[in-house]
Amino acid sequence: MKLPRFDYAAPTSIAQAVALLAQSGGSARPIAGGQSLMPLLAFRVTAPSLLVDLRKVPGLGEITIGADGVTLGARVRWCDIEAEARLATAQPLLRAAMAHVAHYQIRQRGTVGGSLAHADPAAELPGLAVTCDAVLTLQGPGGARRVAAADFFLGPLETALAPDELITAVQFPAWSPTRRWGFQELSRRHGDFALAGIALHFDLVGGRATDAHIGVFGACTRPHRIASAEAALNGQVPAAVAAAVSQAVTEAVTPMDDIHASAAYRRDLAGVLAERALLAAAGETA
Amino acid sequence: MNAPVRPNIHVGQPIERIEDLRLLRGDGFFTDDATRPGMLHAAFLRSPIAHGTIKQIDTAAARALPGVVAVITAQTIGSPVPVIPMRLAPLEQLAPYFQPVIADRKVRYVGEPVAVVLAESAAVAEDALELITLDIAPLPPVVDTAAALAGQTLLFEAEGTNNGIVYTATKGDARAEFPGERIIRAKIDTQRHFALTMEPRGLLAEWDEAAGIMRVIGVAKVPWATRGMLAKQLGLPEEKVELLEVDVGGGFGQRGEFYPEDFLVPFAARHVGRPVKWIEDRREHLLAANHAREFDADLELVVSPDGLIQAIRGTINGNLGAYLRANVAIAPRNVGQFLSGPYAIPNIHVVVNGLLTNKTPTGTYRGPGRFEADFFRERLLELAAAELDIDRVEFRRRNLVKVDEMPYPLATVSPPVKEEKLDSGDYAMTLDGALKEIGWAEKQALKGRLIDGRYHGLGIGCFIEGGAAGPRERARAELVEDGTVAVYVGSALVGQGLETVLTQIAADCMECAMDSIRLFHGSTPYVVEGFGSFHSRSTTMGGTAIALAIEELRARMREAAAQRLGCAADAVRIEEGQVVGPDGRAVTWADLAAGKLAGDGVFSNHTHTYSYGAAAAHVTVDPRTGHVAVLDFVIVEDVGRMINPLLLQGQVIGGVVQGLGGTFLEHLVYDEQGQLLTGSLADYLVPTATDYPSIRAVVMGVHRATVGALGAKGAGEGGTIPVGGVIANAIADALSGRVQPMSLPLSPPQVWAMIKAAG
Amino acid sequence: MIAFDLTVNGESRSAAVEPRTTLVDYLRGELRLTGTHVACAHGVCGACTVLVDGQPMRSCLMLAVQAEGAQVTTVEGLSNPEALTPLQAAFRKHAAVQCGFCTPGILTTMHALLTNEPHADEARIREVLSGNLCRCTGYMAIVAAVLDARAHYAGAAA
Repeated sequence: MKLPRFDYAAPTSIAQAVALLAQSGGSARPIAGGQSLMPLLAFRVTAPSLLVDLRKVPGLGEITIGADGVTLGARVRWCDIEAEARLATAQPLLRAAMAHVAHYQIRQRGTVGGSLAHADPAAELPGLAVTCDAVLTLQGPGGARRVAAADFFLGPLETALAPDELITAVQFPAWSPTRRWGFQELSRRHGDFALAGIALHFDLVGGRATDAHIGVFGACTRPHRIASAEAALNGQVPAAVAAAVSQAVTEAVTPMDDIHASAAYRRDLAGVLAERALLAAAGETA
Repeated sequence: MNAPVRPNIHVGQPIERIEDLRLLRGDGFFTDDATRPGMLHAAFLRSPIAHGTIKQIDTAAARALPGVVAVITAQTIGSPVPVIPMRLAPLEQLAPYFQPVIADRKVRYVGEPVAVVLAESAAVAEDALELITLDIAPLPPVVDTAAALAGQTLLFEAEGTNNGIVYTATKGDARAEFPGERIIRAKIDTQRHFALTMEPRGLLAEWDEAAGIMRVIGVAKVPWATRGMLAKQLGLPEEKVELLEVDVGGGFGQRGEFYPEDFLVPFAARHVGRPVKWIEDRREHLLAANHAREFDADLELVVSPDGLIQAIRGTINGNLGAYLRANVAIAPRNVGQFLSGPYAIPNIHVVVNGLLTNKTPTGTYRGPGRFEADFFRERLLELAAAELDIDRVEFRRRNLVKVDEMPYPLATVSPPVKEEKLDSGDYAMTLDGALKEIGWAEKQALKGRLIDGRYHGLGIGCFIEGGAAGPRERARAELVEDGTVAVYVGSALVGQGLETVLTQIAADCMECAMDSIRLFHGSTPYVVEGFGSFHSRSTTMGGTAIALAIEELRARMREAAAQRLGCAADAVRIEEGQVVGPDGRAVTWADLAAGKLAGDGVFSNHTHTYSYGAAAAHVTVDPRTGHVAVLDFVIVEDVGRMINPLLLQGQVIGGVVQGLGGTFLEHLVYDEQGQLLTGSLADYLVPTATDYPSIRAVVMGVHRATVGALGAKGAGEGGTIPVGGVIANAIADALSGRVQPMSLPLSPPQVWAMIKAAG
Repeated sequence: MIAFDLTVNGESRSAAVEPRTTLVDYLRGELRLTGTHVACAHGVCGACTVLVDGQPMRSCLMLAVQAEGAQVTTVEGLSNPEALTPLQAAFRKHAAVQCGFCTPGILTTMHALLTNEPHADEARIREVLSGNLCRCTGYMAIVAAVLDARAHYAGAAA
């Protein structure tokens, strides 16, 4: 499992990095923390001609919290998110998800941009990004463009990122202080990819849910919000519709069979996790 | 057995390990830490398909890659391609199923070595693999035992069958009928999984042309057996093959048996005239290191109305993989012979089919055949107790072999014929111990109750583990000029703390400090012959050989000192560092060393010892997700005599956690084409620190072994053996018998599916 | 080849390696610091963990060049020949080492954890330890050793 041969560059600006990607005609890959890319190289399932290392590119490591929400630079690492105390109120779902992301050593290097670009359907951050309607900023030779998370993840390990583009940031919308949220995931062992995961949030007006966001990861080929489940929740007293929301999730998700679990299991599990996440958000227990 | 061991100075004490001083500093010396001048690196091209005939191997492009020195195929080796013999329980009729050291006209499993690339670096060697073109005409793969038995496709056409070897385990007359008998029948299976040592395999071989000596490091476990096989295959006398032991990152029965690479790497070194190193990567390890544990059984337990087991009978199929390798015989023999475990079952008839399939070949893994047998048996006992409406603890107690029934004969297995007897023990004592430790009585109130969304259940099981395999072991003890004692022994390191345990024994025999003992082990030049470390034999066999060697050395020391001091040999007294005469004059050990004083010990043994015990678990089951949590797992084991209780605890707990991995997480999954789907550690899941946080082992030395000088029975494997049965029983208990696990692993999706099926 | 400088166990080093050389292969191959082990080469088992600027990282998932300008500490850099460190001594006391292959990766990880969180409780220790695989011990003795070693780190932090 030695790595295949490749050339290496460590540009000092985004423009330089993008230019290198563009010049390679699609055979170059960017690398940041490498926690997702290096195993692919070790198994030789990918063999880029050039690795464009982003470690010297400034300006990609900021966490910005303001009135327009939380913006994470592409090179923000999991440990940076853990260390940012303000996120407990500014984006509590992100904080909750961190407990499930990989392991201690991975968190010292793994990045937001890397996770989004890798797009494992069972990864937490892509799931959170679609649930919260996050928006990614991509930079290419022609300039920057913004892509909604909902449009970014196309399939397992497949995204809307062009070969000559870099993710530079992801922006989560502003979080209302009275918002309720829930996060539930089941994996085979701590830190493993989710067999299924549900992230959700809603606002409460007069004891009834509004603006419900319910997203699934792990039990799908790409993370997505579940409109039918959100419809079952909006306008209702949350605890009263937990079973109906659960049912809607089970019926809506389309997972695959694999060696770890059947599609039938994942469908059912997604529903159970949705019920538990909803009841926890509503302050009850299942 | 008169060799005296001074008791309880070092033996029996929780002494900290000698090995730790280097291992904690990163100063261990593992195979990949070694380099030799001019060393080349080997990479193996392995068959990408499970079954086929080789049409062509085109290595031209690979050989042309800068940095590649040679590419070896079957053609390079010549005809006939050597085969790997069976080390244990060999039979002439099995020879057609032995593995050729490199694929010879056919490939029979994904991972079978087809070519070897030698290059200046491991990376370039791996680059070259991609440049070799393989033309293989595929044949239908045989993947499961049903297909193997049906025999529509044969792995070895000339043999006319895929049923390579049939073992029977018999005792009494299991076909007899018993008045009022109840028959409990079950189909039950264990999944393919394996040892997965943290250090993958590796070898560094060097051919000394001038001396005509082949030197290899990276061997383990049974270096003398390996030397014999390798010498024969290379056409060398045994003394011209030196296998040198280094630190070893885990064995568990998997490392150290003869694999194709054990021939190919030394052959390559001699072929190119440069040292050759091969370090297995994890992907290769999953594909090529011995697999284990895949058995499916159809068994009947026959119980008389008074709750006594009268018979066990049925058929067990072993999915043994594509070839019969060096120690493939042990698990299928054991699963039949040890099916009865610690229970008094008077009539036994079990047929074990050893089926060849297009999967990786198999060998021993901690408690081989015993983990499987215990799962089968403890599940049957549980079902029987429920059927007869007898309390499941009482049912076990009634049927355990009693103290005064020892030695108690187990089933006889053949071919070849081997009889076994349980030696000694109080099985009820350890059962009671486990019940007390888990809090069985107090926790009955939790049985089957749904608390905070989870059902609670308890499980119990009793087990035996075999140790002290023969045929013999050798040791030599010599006085050294610096006043220390050098002890050479045929036991081998597998990471089990052997240096410390054997040094404790040697120090007590020699009546000196541990610092005065230098232990040399595992390398073939150290002793004339050795038999290595397997079947939990090293403490009993190596330890006794050392005791005998030291006894003889001390006799020589008395004679030599007596001559120097002018008195009778029985008038001198050996003290630490010197030998003292009746008038107080003394000779130091260092002085005596000039006389090249030494003692040799040989301990021969054909009687196995049986450590034994019981295990219990408290689990909770989430019925909606199938997730099982192990709240508490306890194991109580009597090992005859504890040489080092601190190290023993570690062995038992480590064994339990491997058993839990095999019960919940680990599975080598194949598709219908014979492709291994679990190709990395992201898919083959082993326990981590968060999975099983509450494991307790209570170990004791009560019923001493009657074999060997120490009273110690072997004890490295017992932790693993009972786990599957105990956990499955606990899950069934939690779900009040609505769900009966008959397969492993018990992953959340599997448990969920069983719950759904139960309605 | 790429040339770059870094510090390893306090010593300045000038490296010149192929870009595809991982940090662990550089440490083991070029510098002969063989205490750090490769057990999977795909970032799951933790045996290759080293400290990079004090933070534990999987050195099989880093290119050597990515350690340019960094302070790398291996198990050798956390040891001294005169005596075992308090963490190492705790491991020995509790028989937390069996084959020893996973041990260096666990020592570096736990040293980093206890340096940053000297009062880490058992749950936290197990959580962090879950990124290191051990096949021999079943983790019970390792956790006991780390709990025992906390006193030293808490004392040092005080």
